[in-house]
Amino acid sequence: MKKILVVVLLLFTLVGCHGSQAIDSFVVPDSFDENEEYEITFWAKNDTNKTQVAIYEKAIEDFEKIYPNIHINLRLYTDYGRIYNDVITNIQTGTTPNICITYPDHIATYLTGEDVVVPLEELMKDEKYGLGGTELKFDGVSEEEIIPKFVEEGKINGITYALPFMRSTEACYINKTYVEKLGFEIPEVLTWDFIWEVSRAAMQQDENGNYIVNGQNIMIPFIYKSTDNMMIQMLYQLEEPYASENGEIYLFNDTTRELLLELAGYVEEDLFSTFKISSYPANFLNAGQCIFAIDSTAGATWMGTDAPLLDISEDKLVEFETVVKEIPQFDEDSYTMISQGPSLCIFNKEDKGEVLASWLFMQYLLTNEVQIAYSETEGYVPVTSRAQKSEEYQSYLNLAGSDDDEHYQIKIDASKILLDHVDDTFVTPVFNGSASLRDAAGQLIENVTKSVRRRETVDDAYIDELFDDVSSLYHLDQVGSNEGTKEDLGPLPIESIVLIVALAVVWVFIIIYLLKVRYKKIKVSQ
Amino acid sequence: MKKVFAILMSFLLALTMVACSSETPTETTTPTPTDTTEPTETTETVEPIDASKVITYDEYVAAELDTEVVVETYVQATQSWWEDQITIYSQDKDGGAYFIYNAACTEEDAAKLVPGTKILEQGYKSEWAGEVEIIDGRFEILEDDTYVAEAVDVTEELGTDTLIEKQNQKVSFTGLTVEPSIDAEGNEVAYLYNYDGSGTREDNNDLYFNVSYNGETYTFVVESYLCNNESDVYKAVEALNVGDVIDCEGFLYWYDGVNPHITSVTVK
Repeated sequence: MKKILVVVLLLFTLVGCHGSQAIDSFVVPDSFDENEEYEITFWAKNDTNKTQVAIYEKAIEDFEKIYPNIHINLRLYTDYGRIYNDVITNIQTGTTPNICITYPDHIATYLTGEDVVVPLEELMKDEKYGLGGTELKFDGVSEEEIIPKFVEEGKINGITYALPFMRSTEACYINKTYVEKLGFEIPEVLTWDFIWEVSRAAMQQDENGNYIVNGQNIMIPFIYKSTDNMMIQMLYQLEEPYASENGEIYLFNDTTRELLLELAGYVEEDLFSTFKISSYPANFLNAGQCIFAIDSTAGATWMGTDAPLLDISEDKLVEFETVVKEIPQFDEDSYTMISQGPSLCIFNKEDKGEVLASWLFMQYLLTNEVQIAYSETEGYVPVTSRAQKSEEYQSYLNLAGSDDDEHYQIKIDASKILLDHVDDTFVTPVFNGSASLRDAAGQLIENVTKSVRRRETVDDAYIDELFDDVSSLYHLDQVGSNEGTKEDLGPLPIESIVLIVALAVVWVFIIIYLLKVRYKKIKVSQ
Repeated sequence: MKKVFAILMSFLLALTMVACSSETPTETTTPTPTDTTEPTETTETVEPIDASKVITYDEYVAAELDTEVVVETYVQATQSWWEDQITIYSQDKDGGAYFIYNAACTEEDAAKLVPGTKILEQGYKSEWAGEVEIIDGRFEILEDDTYVAEAVDVTEELGTDTLIEKQNQKVSFTGLTVEPSIDAEGNEVAYLYNYDGSGTREDNNDLYFNVSYNGETYTFVVESYLCNNESDVYKAVEALNVGDVIDCEGFLYWYDGVNPHITSVTVK
């Protein structure tokens, strides 16, 4: 009896440390129970675009017909940052969605919780339910059919945590009419020097203070939507370091300093502004108040006189010819541009069947029905070769310019930029802190631009202070090199040390007790 | 010895269970992210705002964009506090109104910014899509006075060049007719969640609706960070029908043209 008591106590002692809130690591179930009802929450991002919303809704409707026991609840966002913040909040309360659209940078932060995000390797390779699996009830894509470069972007420390949903890059939308009016021709490869040269020419004013090129009193020749991308792409084009795969931060370097000081000069001449400071580049472009507008290819439907989506009143719209080109380069002989766009990840749950149901829906989002339809809403590119090579998608591309809606020339030209340059794209390293580093890169440009406009002196001393301030503001001084995604948690708390020592003492007593019993037995038998 | 051992084991068992309780802050499976998309200000000693630099509204209007300004003004409404920032609709006793965008603000101070609260605001005059605002600012609460503005009827100024002079003021409109908007399915409706109907009530999206006066149509918005989906005005707009004649109150916000943030709607 005493022995039983000891063993029971021992077992309790050993299991006592199993965290009550932890969810077991995901293991692919042998089979999917189609008699079980599953409620799946899907947090999706759209570009405030009702067509995209309709595509999500149709995908859900079609999927639920195939799997009537899976019910998808769609929650819509128009901002990646909001999804990120809500996920962080819900990780802490154990109420994450099942699937969400996100950036790999954000997943790196989600991974600071153990077993929060499901690694996808096992699911992808599962014979029955994996990519192209035998038990799928729809024609799912195989692993080989997802563009390998895009799959790589979802890997963190070598493990796939996200699959791509759509891909885009940035592009420069140009008022060709004004460029030519100023006596220039758009070159084959757009360069930064060309942008500044034309911008400077556009600043000539008449005696009434109106700009000669547009006859208006407003002209911001060059507006950049995402200044984080601007800084990052400039550094990559110059082959200057930004960050290492291990999370070492190199952003605050001499090249960044030179770029900022040069930019300050252009701001001084009123050649440049940003979305955060002035407003949407598309609105200035369409009002004839901007010549070069850099934005995502996924913003193409807003660009140009004939754009299907407009955010300014008709009376402000100006007639001009629009051209979309790759972002400006430093080197005319090669292209370097960022790859971006929504990815999909799955959150771990107690019920592994629920996770499997999520995975089935995630795969459904990669089928041609969803991929082609969604990519056609903006200058997105499908992430599967199956969709890209399909007759339907090729026909869509070939009809560029046949109308100003579905086949809007600028939108399809923007998509073609990425299709033609997949091998010229890059992504930044992903680690816990990389999202903040990205924000910091943009903040440098925003601050310099604001400071020049506020007539502050922007010199080396200013940049020194700026580097310190931005590094501190985004806690980059606390983001150390990390091989994994886990933080260094520091020394063990006193309570933990006491516990460990206590457990050791218990074991010593148990061993002494068992030895004593055994000794007594031997002694009795003798 | 056995008794002592049993007691010791029980004690250690209890200790083990307690130590591993989910409520123990040192044992957690949830993340404590160091990465955020929004920066956190460092806790430095903040200089008091120099009240001697206070300018009048006329001086504010005359000031160039991107100059530092200090104004005394009265809170008329706020948007929801978010990540140590708050957006304030404010107005002084002479009618001069200031839209203060994302001023630094603790959650504790945000609770104090009830309508009428007097503040000393320091920031930079800026313009975003035609909306003149004070950005990158901070404020101090002044407790010597309060003032809640009366809404000024600007109905007759709709479509005129003088309307912009009342930008950001608390205003009212009377006798406007609700005009149709086109929803995601192409139907004519009285309002939309988001400008194009891509939003939902559940997601607390802004409400957009069109109104006409003297043959011209204008887009009004219920900004959900100002009046959320539980507010009376949000529900009132959801109950509108095309052709309804309404009176409205709100703040004269600008977005590439007049785009009032509506706070009340009454169907006549």
